[in-house]
Amino acid sequence: MAEKLYIEALAEAIKEEFERDPNVFMMGEDIGIYGGAFGVTKGMYPKYKDKLIETPISEASIVGAGVGAALVGMRPIVEIMFSDFMMDAMEWIVNQAAKLRYMTGGQLKVPLVIRSPMGSGTGAAAQHSQSLPAMFAHIPGLKVVMPATPYDVKGLFKAAVRDDNPVIFFEHKLLYWTKGEVPEGDYIVPIGKADVKREGKDITIIAGSITVIRSLEAAEKLKGEGIDVEVIDVRSLSPLDTETIVNSVIKTGKVLIVEDDNKSYGWGAEVLSRIVESDAFDYLDYPIQRLGGKDVPIPYNPKLERAAVPQVEDIIEAVKAIFGKE
Amino acid sequence: MELSKEKLLWMYKKMVQIRQFELKTDELYKKNMIWGTYHLYVGEEAAAVGACAALEPTDYITSTHRGHGHTIAKGADLKRMMAELLGKETGHCKGRGGSMHIADISTGHLGANGIVAGGIPIATGAALASKLRGDKRVTLCFFGDGAANTGAFNESLNMAAIWQLPVVYFCENNQYAMSAPVNKFTAVKNIADRAASYNMPGVIVDGNDVLEVYKAVKEAVDRARKGEGPTLIEAKTYRWFGHSKSDPRVYRTREEEEEWKKKDPIKRFAEKLLSEGVATEEELKKIDEEVAKEIEEAYQFAVESPEPMVEDLAKYVYAEEGE
Repeated sequence: MAEKLYIEALAEAIKEEFERDPNVFMMGEDIGIYGGAFGVTKGMYPKYKDKLIETPISEASIVGAGVGAALVGMRPIVEIMFSDFMMDAMEWIVNQAAKLRYMTGGQLKVPLVIRSPMGSGTGAAAQHSQSLPAMFAHIPGLKVVMPATPYDVKGLFKAAVRDDNPVIFFEHKLLYWTKGEVPEGDYIVPIGKADVKREGKDITIIAGSITVIRSLEAAEKLKGEGIDVEVIDVRSLSPLDTETIVNSVIKTGKVLIVEDDNKSYGWGAEVLSRIVESDAFDYLDYPIQRLGGKDVPIPYNPKLERAAVPQVEDIIEAVKAIFGKE
Repeated sequence: MELSKEKLLWMYKKMVQIRQFELKTDELYKKNMIWGTYHLYVGEEAAAVGACAALEPTDYITSTHRGHGHTIAKGADLKRMMAELLGKETGHCKGRGGSMHIADISTGHLGANGIVAGGIPIATGAALASKLRGDKRVTLCFFGDGAANTGAFNESLNMAAIWQLPVVYFCENNQYAMSAPVNKFTAVKNIADRAASYNMPGVIVDGNDVLEVYKAVKEAVDRARKGEGPTLIEAKTYRWFGHSKSDPRVYRTREEEEEWKKKDPIKRFAEKLLSEGVATEEELKKIDEEVAKEIEEAYQFAVESPEPMVEDLAKYVYAEEGE
């Protein structure tokens, strides 16, 4: 299998879906000759110029038009340049895309993918650095995914395009230039299935997106401390694969949840709740711990920015604390 | 008149259907048979009917919170509409949507919308889909004077213009956005004047004259279908009732209401049909009676229909594979 960058795997998925289904197209700002703010569609123009609809800076109507095109049988992909800008389009995400099927008694469907870069670590400060998947996972009618690896980004993207529901697809910016094995050609990673990224017997770390990569790095280092860490990548927040999580917790009895979103009311609280409401509760031998972003807007200064979200050393420290090690 | 008698009487009948449907709705609310809110279209019938008369059955519309008129004019089933208002499983939306969310995909109706301007970008996207596919369909977007002051209006009309989309933006200026008079909250005299900002034609029509509405919309629809881009049409009209069920109308005078009622679009059209010898009084009376029967049947159907089951509460949140 070839090693590819996350951004390459994503671009490959987009192109393959363009080729597969004439109803698939993409809308967004600067996605044509410029190639998108992060270069995801770089080089696709002019070959796919009919598939790449460049838009004015009109987030509400970009998403709204995506909804309209989806209602009449297209399968639009909307790129929102930074997920922070999705706030301008919330009406058409939350009140329209998520609800049209339900409130019309199943008459309408909205096969729409909204893909957007998220997260901090680039010095872009408070309005270009948020991780907000939990905000969307709270809304019935939306699916929310956040692939962590090149393999998953390609397979989940294809699943998202082929899904008949609105899917919010979050790509952490720092993942774009990470590498991993990606098979050639068509394959699907199902939405709603978590993945055991590393097997272990002593503790379960539940992570998503960038925190999966950081947790795997922490797990390697903790091996030296004699702690065998299992890392579960939720991959999809909505629907959430409770079964995979519960099975792992039954095996290890200890849990650390690591999220890049700020912690209060974050998705980790939902994961925690599902564990304590399940059979796994009786197997817990230590209180479930959560590590999340600080409840602050993302700051500019690199030292502050780094301190605002969980890093590898924070994860190591949190695991060691659970095992009573300093 | 260049339209066939059949088409003219169809227009008359649709207007009467809307009027009687709305009066029945009001009656049912007063009998505590309607649970939620609704927004009556009485007085504006010529706008919906004139506009939809210019569309093909396969063309799309998007509608508003005040959507019963559009829905009837585009051809939805009165029984299923009434059942929806009564929250029944046989309603267009199986009782999940109610008055503000009626859609009927079988007639190209992409949904009423509880959010002011909610349908404007959606219509734009449906038109974009038609342009990409070359399917020659046109989308007509109903919205009110209030929606013309939202950001989405600006975004969408600009997008439709730069892409020359097959869409007609049809503003029903009924003079009030809830209690807000249009001249107090809109900087231009005519909403159609804003078309200049988008380099598209802006047309003002008497929204109480069904034939004038038809003519303007037909021209815009023809242009759109030929690939000549969008049009903004402003139909000046008036809603006879309050904004919604609980509106004492303190923001306007009874005299003003009476003045507009003199311009009753149905009465005007009937007089025209009679004076031009298109129809006789007996023919129109027969239509009125037919419609009264249809409304009564719709009501009976709705009353006798079952309610949705609580076990099905979570149905339709997501489309399942293969649906």
